[in-house]
Amino acid sequence: MPTLVIDSICRSEGARVLAGLIRRFGDFDLAEDALQDAFAKAIEVWPTQGLPTVPAAWLTTVAQRRVLDLLRRRQSGPFYTDEPPDIAAPEWDAGDSQPADQSGVEDDRLRLLFTCCHPALAQPAQIALSLRTLCGLSTREIARAFLEPEATTAQRLVRVKRKILEARIPYEVPNREILPERLQVVLSVVYLVFNEGYAATDTPGLLRPDLCAEAVRLGRLVVELMPQEPEARGLLALMLLQDSRRDTRVGSDGAIVPLEEQDRARWNRDAIVDGLVQLDAALAIRQRGPYQLQAAIAALHAKSARAEDTDWQQISALYIGLLREQPSAVVELNAAVAHAMAEGLESGLDWINQLTEREELSSYYLLPAAKADLLRRLGRYSDAREAYCAAIVLVQNPAERKYLEKRLATCRD
Amino acid sequence: MQYMILIYGDEKNFAMRANNPEAQKQMYAAFKQYGEDMRAAGVLRGGAELKPTSTATTVRVKNGKTVTHDGPFAETKEQLGGYYTIDVPNLDDAVKWAARCPAAQGGSIEVRPVGLTPDTL
Repeated sequence: MPTLVIDSICRSEGARVLAGLIRRFGDFDLAEDALQDAFAKAIEVWPTQGLPTVPAAWLTTVAQRRVLDLLRRRQSGPFYTDEPPDIAAPEWDAGDSQPADQSGVEDDRLRLLFTCCHPALAQPAQIALSLRTLCGLSTREIARAFLEPEATTAQRLVRVKRKILEARIPYEVPNREILPERLQVVLSVVYLVFNEGYAATDTPGLLRPDLCAEAVRLGRLVVELMPQEPEARGLLALMLLQDSRRDTRVGSDGAIVPLEEQDRARWNRDAIVDGLVQLDAALAIRQRGPYQLQAAIAALHAKSARAEDTDWQQISALYIGLLREQPSAVVELNAAVAHAMAEGLESGLDWINQLTEREELSSYYLLPAAKADLLRRLGRYSDAREAYCAAIVLVQNPAERKYLEKRLATCRD
Repeated sequence: MQYMILIYGDEKNFAMRANNPEAQKQMYAAFKQYGEDMRAAGVLRGGAELKPTSTATTVRVKNGKTVTHDGPFAETKEQLGGYYTIDVPNLDDAVKWAARCPAAQGGSIEVRPVGLTPDTL
């Protein structure tokens, strides 16, 4: 059995096993150490003895023994050594049978999810801990993903685990009364991971772990654990649909390619189908929310074979709905652009001009960029150039800057 | 698990309320109710209002000598105005009680787990 296969089994079963260990022993560090040792044991014995029927149960049994061993060592005082643990692999039958309390195993991962995303924890800590425990990323991988020194991530993880332990953040699924707001936090953490990954695709050449894939994994886990939550499905659909366009987002010259110029044949069909199925399942619950609305907008783009087939009327209506649910200047800017495409460039431009007064948008490059785009479509090149220049001053991302500069060069009278 | 509920706010507002007997009466009535609710739930372990920071004295010992100076440890925009100690199972419950504190409207409440106490040292 190749190590790669064992690695992938350990990774896919890791969160389940870890979540159970944390519930039983109430200690993140202890549980993580024990799980790592169980992985090491698996790599040692699985190749010769074969794969246990229920790998998660096998890993749990081994890790539990290791926890007890570690606890005994802690009690026996200063004689702690770093020598490799000598833990016996379970009898093959023991590994094959279900762990004693198989019921509640799904709940354990849910408990872990809500604890990692507890609102009393800082957002970077929520993200790092979720990636560490639920996705099984190493500290080094998380550090690389967020372009920070490994020591910083390690410190963050130490602090967050200490806070959970010492402030006694409960290891439980929130009750019905506070579940909606707590679920919002979970979903926002997942979407932040996704957006971080999406932005990272603009800077090629860096060996960053695929955060989009991790976010989709997390999103699937949330849906699997809470299938009746339409917004969880909405978020998964949104991520899948956005991710389907990933390969076409940046051109060979390193500039962003806008939606209407992307090579739609290269959009990922499987991701689109998957996203549409998730969206349909979400909408069937008939309780709409911001993620479903955004996914519905992404779905309309995904379903248009050519850019000119885009149903801007519907997209514009969906943005109005989104604006009602989530009133913000950024959403309003998107609504104004959709309105311009659906109802006429001039009237969209009027709306955008009203938004220039909004303080939240004063350094937001997409405001002058959107304005520039409409002016260019109207053939008002000198005004468009001015707006492109204003956007170029504000833009941070090199791929986006490159796109704006390309556009600016085409605006000649 | 014991938590300290630390009440921070601009003490100028307290001073203004002191000049308005009706507002002050209302405020104390709200705190009295809050205290009674905590006692009824069996979570209250202690608490007090603190006099304004203008009455505070900060003490340090330097080379065996006690040095005092007038005023609070740090001048801040919001001051510690009072505290409660509660005993609840976890942070979620502590946050729930903190949110019910009348001073949470307009002020800030810091929730801190209690460590060792004179009795547990």
